[in-house]
Amino acid sequence: MTVPLDTLAAPARRGSARPLLGRLGGLARQPVLMVSWIIVLVVIGWAVAPRLFTSYSPYEGDSAASFAPPSVEHWFGTDRLGRDLFARTVYGAHTTLTATLLAVLIAFGIGTVAGLIAGFSGGIVDTAVMRLVDVFLAIPSLLLAMVVVSVLGYSTQNIALAVGISSIASFARVMRAEVLAVVTQDYVRAAYGLGRGRLGVMLRHVVPNSLSSVVALAALEVGTAVLAVASLGFLGYGAPPPQPEWGLLVAEGRDYVATHPWAAIMPGLALALVVVAAHRISTSYRKEHRR
Amino acid sequence: MLRYLALKAGRALFVVWAAFTLTFVLLFVLPANPVDLLFDPAELNTVTPEVRAQVAESYGFNKPVVLQYLARLGHALTGDFGNSVQSGRSVTATILDVLPSTLVLASGALVLALLVAFAIALVATSTRRPWVRNLVEALPSGAVSVPVFLSGILMLQIFSFQLGWFPAFGDRGVKSLVLPVITLAIPVAGPIAQLLVRSFATEFRSGYVTTSWAKGATRSGIIVRDVFRNAGLPALTIAGITFGNLIAGSVITETVFARQGIGRMTQAAINTLDVPLVQGVVVLVAASFALINLIVDLIYPLLDPRLRAALAVGSPRAA
Amino acid sequence: MTDVPEREEDPLLRIAGLAIDYRTGRRRWTPAVRGVDLHVDPGEFVSLVGESGSGKSTLVQGALGLLPPSARIRAGSIAYSGVDVTGWSDQRMARVRGNYVGFIPQDPNTSLNPVKKIGQQVIESVRFNAPDARNAAQHREAALESLRTAGLKDAERVFHQYPHELSGGMKQRALIAIALAGRPRIVVADEPTSALDVTVQKVILDHLMRLREELGIGILLITHDLGVALDRSDRILVMQDGRIVEEGPVRQVLENTTHDYTRRLLDAAPARQAGRLEPTSGPRARPTDTSPVLRARALTRTYQLRGGRGRRRQLRALDGVDLVVRKGTTHAIVGESGAGKSTLASILVQFTAADSGTVHIGDRELTGLGRRELREIRRDLQFVFQNPFTSLDPRFTVGKLVAEPLQAFKLATGKQERTARVVELLGAVALDESHLHRLPAELSGGQRQRVAIARALAPNPGILVLDEAVSALDVSVQAQILQLLVDLQAELGLSYVFVTHDLGVVRLIADDVTVMKGGVVVETGPVEQVLRSPRHEYTRELLEAVPGAGINGAGTSGGERVGAAIAHQA
Repeated sequence: MTVPLDTLAAPARRGSARPLLGRLGGLARQPVLMVSWIIVLVVIGWAVAPRLFTSYSPYEGDSAASFAPPSVEHWFGTDRLGRDLFARTVYGAHTTLTATLLAVLIAFGIGTVAGLIAGFSGGIVDTAVMRLVDVFLAIPSLLLAMVVVSVLGYSTQNIALAVGISSIASFARVMRAEVLAVVTQDYVRAAYGLGRGRLGVMLRHVVPNSLSSVVALAALEVGTAVLAVASLGFLGYGAPPPQPEWGLLVAEGRDYVATHPWAAIMPGLALALVVVAAHRISTSYRKEHRR
Repeated sequence: MLRYLALKAGRALFVVWAAFTLTFVLLFVLPANPVDLLFDPAELNTVTPEVRAQVAESYGFNKPVVLQYLARLGHALTGDFGNSVQSGRSVTATILDVLPSTLVLASGALVLALLVAFAIALVATSTRRPWVRNLVEALPSGAVSVPVFLSGILMLQIFSFQLGWFPAFGDRGVKSLVLPVITLAIPVAGPIAQLLVRSFATEFRSGYVTTSWAKGATRSGIIVRDVFRNAGLPALTIAGITFGNLIAGSVITETVFARQGIGRMTQAAINTLDVPLVQGVVVLVAASFALINLIVDLIYPLLDPRLRAALAVGSPRAA
Repeated sequence: MTDVPEREEDPLLRIAGLAIDYRTGRRRWTPAVRGVDLHVDPGEFVSLVGESGSGKSTLVQGALGLLPPSARIRAGSIAYSGVDVTGWSDQRMARVRGNYVGFIPQDPNTSLNPVKKIGQQVIESVRFNAPDARNAAQHREAALESLRTAGLKDAERVFHQYPHELSGGMKQRALIAIALAGRPRIVVADEPTSALDVTVQKVILDHLMRLREELGIGILLITHDLGVALDRSDRILVMQDGRIVEEGPVRQVLENTTHDYTRRLLDAAPARQAGRLEPTSGPRARPTDTSPVLRARALTRTYQLRGGRGRRRQLRALDGVDLVVRKGTTHAIVGESGAGKSTLASILVQFTAADSGTVHIGDRELTGLGRRELREIRRDLQFVFQNPFTSLDPRFTVGKLVAEPLQAFKLATGKQERTARVVELLGAVALDESHLHRLPAELSGGQRQRVAIARALAPNPGILVLDEAVSALDVSVQAQILQLLVDLQAELGLSYVFVTHDLGVVRLIADDVTVMKGGVVVETGPVEQVLRSPRHEYTRELLEAVPGAGINGAGTSGGERVGAAIAHQA
């Protein structure tokens, strides 16, 4: 037998398991991406251990220092009751991020399974699931979430549930589209030919290959869900006032925006930064996994 | 062609019906005691059982759920969603009152958003400087990341309080419309621009563009004559998403700028648990969404000769 | 009034010392073209031959000033009729393109704007290059004229049609019309027929030859097909790894091949082979037991076309097809696109169900079996796909890919046993343990197809169905895979069903051949008989369209067509 000539070997695309160090090195060459990761990690830190980041209490204020502008002492300034706004933002991360995480998990879990079943079974099951998805897509998610919250009662957990339910449809749609694309691939047909049953094909080939764009969507959805949670908080459907929640912080500051703009703007900017960072990370993930 | 039409129209009708049913279940069946929802929560304790029974009677809550559903559905078909609990006026009339104001805001924002989105895509495609492209391409994801309430407040702070160019609140005159329209246009433009930037880039790399280069066409000529139409079409496919963004955005924009409109009314209706009004709004929104998608489905083939041919002759499909 | 003044002594196109790099990192550049010299004289037909990755397309893009932003010209010059256009801006190049040099792209299916009528697209080409402002009617007339010149007899009708309403061959003619509409002095054609069927390819190439004579233009043809180049050109250049390794008039290249690579290419070309390939282990024993292992009878498959206005149309993909595969032999199924050969292959392994008709493996009927029984039979009946880039799960390593059937059929239970078997299988296709942990993306096309074959061999099948299994590969790689298949057949006594569009390959590997057209078998029989004395007109047409008549070169007359050449050797 001749030695394989294959002189025109295709250049290797991306490595099988790129070592962690290599990945970090790649990160260093993308400063924007690195900053995005730092922002997200810091905010997660706020949510997990707020005490490490601020010595002020989010509830106790110094009424003498009412509406102090941002300074070295109070980075974000203080509110009407003299509470440190940075501390309230740091502590608020817990409420907002927990709700976001819960929302994305609900949407990802239910949406992905529904999309997988619809795409893989086809026929009447597919039609039924997709028509249901149509209905959920027809009601803007903020509106749907508002209705759900109004039925369930006002609280951050219910906001999470509502936001989660209202984004199931988009996950289901993306997953189904992915599954449909993967199912027609030669390697899936090949797997049947190689003796795999339907379940084996689904678990070994279809799910792993269709999941990457849904994961990218989940990353994107984290940003969107933070916005939705905060928006509902801003409209007053979330935690009751003394609690620090990002949307609520902005809403509280909004009444004084003419005279003390930082009270609304500083927490708002923190929120916007997190969302921008989440988007940036999601985009780079999608670029890396584009087929 | 007729088949296609019937199929699409059937789907649209289904969506509206399902939205009605869904809200019925959510608002009238799930709550433990729907009668309670009809009263202002603060006054709930003072309501006597007799009054409750009377209200339940008049709203039909004492009848079986199926009968209630059919009765409401029957009325809804004639455009009657009952009366608002708060004002006592008919839901339809209440919505029609505030609809024009929202329509003006939304259509202004949509036009602005489209202009901005196309401008971004054109600049990103036509520039030869990578840094300009990178900068311009970063704009859309920024636009979808900034919460509407923050951009609204920033607008107010800068252009109203600091510079005094525009009034802060109210809905009188064109001037009061400027800030809300810009605020609402930002999140709406974001996704459209993202899509357009992508499809402009894809089309600009496609085979027929190479053919045009080889014909001797110039860069601007290619963008205008070849790329624009092919790349612009996909924007129609996210018309539904755009509509959703407009609705969600107007809820917040109207709240921030204290404007009258569907959004603010919906928020008030949900705050006061004005169940019939909420259902009316949801069904209206779902119907508009379905209608928009139906229109897109119908005009898309007119704009794309390939699709038109597929509809006229039939597309190969494994039986 | 062209911007390029004419000087008779200069060649139409002269490329000198051209080097082009691609950006592969922040400050890293990888060369794609490394110092190429090339010229095309008036009325000359020059072919540039190379396999994928040789840099031939980059060279053309460079010549037309159509390089992507990630590429740069490092050195060298490009001159049209003595005017150096290197580094000209898009604005200036726009007046050279179309006007002076016409371009025929590779894929007619993506190279026309889908939302514009053909006429409009040709008119644009006329308008951009009209020396003086003419009115719309004149533009229209010129466009129609150009369509007619390109060989579209029904120019008036085509003028008002959209691209999707035309066949591949007609689209390519429309593109030729666009290239000619600017009245260029030279036409550059980048693989203009690679996406087309052989019979269509022949017509298009014949037409290009005629245009050269009638219009006196120069033609630069880029192709991967040495046969096409040798058949058609005055002069050929062979490109490898960004360099021209061989250059000269056709006869000279054939008779005095100077470069090793050219010789390898010539040897790899199917038409060069004397007849059926022999196993490397020695001449093969004629299979003695030739009882049928696979029989298909009266297979029919219809696709419903979803019609408008309540009307339902049907597409007969297969219409009463019979097939018999003898044990230990190769049965080739050959045909052009739309012949139904892939549908047939797909039905043989039951990826697709037939509407009617039967398939027997040995004495077991395959059609209408349940999922479980089918799975049992598939151990004996394996499939190799056309495109090794899509038939391997991108997330599986080579080891996992080959082990999958062992696992699924529960053939090797222990982990060690399985790994041992996988290595053994890789050995059979000339790969080794070092490939075990690689991903498909890290392999070349040929290596991937070897993995696909190893995987198909894993359950010890008796029959392999190969659907265009070598079509996506370069000729030199193709030759190796074909040799591998022949060796495996001799060693393991396999029977092959070999689906292909390439008659040249049929001769190398098949014992029997079935020719299909439009879902119907037009001719079937032993290879020697069908290729030497085809009974059906269509078979004859196919044979005549196969390029590479001149490839046996040395000695034989150049004008002889390959059909005859094949017949001589069979």
